[in-house]
Amino acid sequence: MRSKLSSLFDALLPVIATLAALGVGAIMLLFLKVNPIEAYAALWDGAFGSTNAIAETLVKATPLLLVALGICISFRGDVINIGGEGQMIIGAILATWIGLTFVGLPGWLVITLAMLAGFLGGAVWGGIPGVLKAYFNVNEILSTVMMNAIAVQLMNFLLRGPMIDPSQALLASKIPQTARLLDEFHLFRFAPTRLHFGALIAVVLAILVYILLWRTTLGYRIRAVGQNPNASRYAGIKVPRYVVMALLFSGAFAGLAGAVQVYGVNYRMITDGSSSGFTGSAGFNGIVAALFGQLHPLWSIPASVLFGALLVGANTMQRAVQVPSALITVLNGLVVVFVVSSEIWRRRRQRRRLAAAKEEDSSPKQNQPTVKTEEAKQ
Amino acid sequence: MISELLSTTVLIGILASGIRLATPYLYAAIGETFSQKSGVLNLGVEGQMLLGCFAAFYVALTTGNLWLGLLAAMIVGALMGLAMAYVTVNLHAQQGISGIGFYLFGLGMSELLFQRLMGTVETVKGFPKVYIPGLSDIPGIGEIFFSQNILVYGAYLLVPLAWFVLNKTTLGLKIRSVGENPDAADSLGVSVARVRYFTIILGGTLSGIAGASLSIALLNVFQQNMTSGLGFIAVALVYFGAWRPFGVLGGALLFSMINSLQLWIQVLGIPIPSDIAVMMPYVLTILVLVATVSRVRAPSALTKPFERED
Repeated sequence: MRSKLSSLFDALLPVIATLAALGVGAIMLLFLKVNPIEAYAALWDGAFGSTNAIAETLVKATPLLLVALGICISFRGDVINIGGEGQMIIGAILATWIGLTFVGLPGWLVITLAMLAGFLGGAVWGGIPGVLKAYFNVNEILSTVMMNAIAVQLMNFLLRGPMIDPSQALLASKIPQTARLLDEFHLFRFAPTRLHFGALIAVVLAILVYILLWRTTLGYRIRAVGQNPNASRYAGIKVPRYVVMALLFSGAFAGLAGAVQVYGVNYRMITDGSSSGFTGSAGFNGIVAALFGQLHPLWSIPASVLFGALLVGANTMQRAVQVPSALITVLNGLVVVFVVSSEIWRRRRQRRRLAAAKEEDSSPKQNQPTVKTEEAKQ
Repeated sequence: MISELLSTTVLIGILASGIRLATPYLYAAIGETFSQKSGVLNLGVEGQMLLGCFAAFYVALTTGNLWLGLLAAMIVGALMGLAMAYVTVNLHAQQGISGIGFYLFGLGMSELLFQRLMGTVETVKGFPKVYIPGLSDIPGIGEIFFSQNILVYGAYLLVPLAWFVLNKTTLGLKIRSVGENPDAADSLGVSVARVRYFTIILGGTLSGIAGASLSIALLNVFQQNMTSGLGFIAVALVYFGAWRPFGVLGGALLFSMINSLQLWIQVLGIPIPSDIAVMMPYVLTILVLVATVSRVRAPSALTKPFERED
């Protein structure tokens, strides 16, 4: 009974952390001389107020979920992949290239190829930092951040030059965008909303990632390496290989997010030249969603919907009470800080449980070493 | 056109702006060196810089006093450091991830305040050049090294100062021992928590100055996300410099010189696409990390929260 209550508490921790972040947000709104209740009401209304609003929320949630699935894999393997932004971009570039090149092929084939290309593009962009970490001891946080910057510049270069929309190339404005994909290449839409088939793909993949992590040897080894690399090494697991795998898969899902964004929402690749011009920071916000979902693929689904709602609602809030939507970036940051900070309570209870179990056990000798390593890890 | 790059005036221009551009990297990376030496990876540097950038600019713009602007940036950076210290030292939060949280906070907050308080891009008259008497008249050398603004000089003075503090003082010894073996330090009566609070807050303060150096000394404007990854590069420079202030200096100079070269290539109209030119420093950082990191050992307790074993 007690363990049930405490696991319920564990599950609620992110919710409490979010409420705390919203509370801090409310205080900030007061400082900005805005009524927080009015602001949050506008936020809610924008996110869930109508069928269309809900559809928009799900559209925003889709790339977040795909990125979050990758984050679940890498963070479980103790690999901190911050490169979702760059991986999305590379995936989108390759997918777009497929759609603009193979115009003679049937729609279903091009879409399939494009999704695969996105998956592979992201895998390569994530795999590079993976190899650098596994075999050259380069910190993956730094290398993935650098890979983000490189991908943004590469995208700007391609969309202003080799891949630019031929009609834009003639205009003075030269908006950095590619040509539009043929109609038969678009992902199915639940008209009249913009909700598309990609959302469904993401949910199915969430289940597959759950199976991957908990029902396959690959997933088991990634998690084992993440929990205790030394023990894994003694157990005969080739640790570097699974570090690379973790980043490879993580990047692949972000790359797919980029491809889905192009084929489901924009029908072309377009940017404003800024670093988040194409991704809308989904590569970062996906991390927030995954952390919020406690790095569990299935919990990441509601988490992504929540953050999708915040993003959609922010626009309504901006119009209604003139609060810049940057407030949502602030809240996301606070949620991350609060969620990782709240981990301490979970660990404390876990330790208390272990201690209690140790006392109950009649042969403490057997138990002691495991408890020691658990503590050392933290 | 390549020959234009080699003319004396251009060469002096490249070197002078290279020296200048190293400033924000130096402040931020030296600050990060202190916190990493004590065992804390602060990835929130970028967010601290952005808030420092804005605070310095806004205060300088409204009061007309650059020093007050600098002070505001230091306070904001220190407060961000304080929050980071509480979260990582007391709550044992995962350092890398909480750093990303602080980055998002600083990114959003600086944009929010910018839109609420200013709305449009404005400029200030930044710190003026200070010509060192005598030395600034030396041809070439004078323009490169001795005709810079006060924050640039400060950044270069900070390097030997940081080296001295880390290697020749008791405080430095405490910082290093806390980063290498916190258990041993603790048993000798050194307060691990207090040392880490000190280094993280110091790091935040210096990141604040790094931000101020951009907005009120080098570029003299504020734009959203104007650091564009500079804070993350500063963290990379600490690895590059192998946790040594003079190593960090070398890395910062290499980086800023490449950046300066890249800017001049664009100014001179040499036909390399600007997007590709801007990409170069990042590619270089990765290559440099590959070449250096694998043979240098990080402080043993880096990213590990300390907990006394009872």
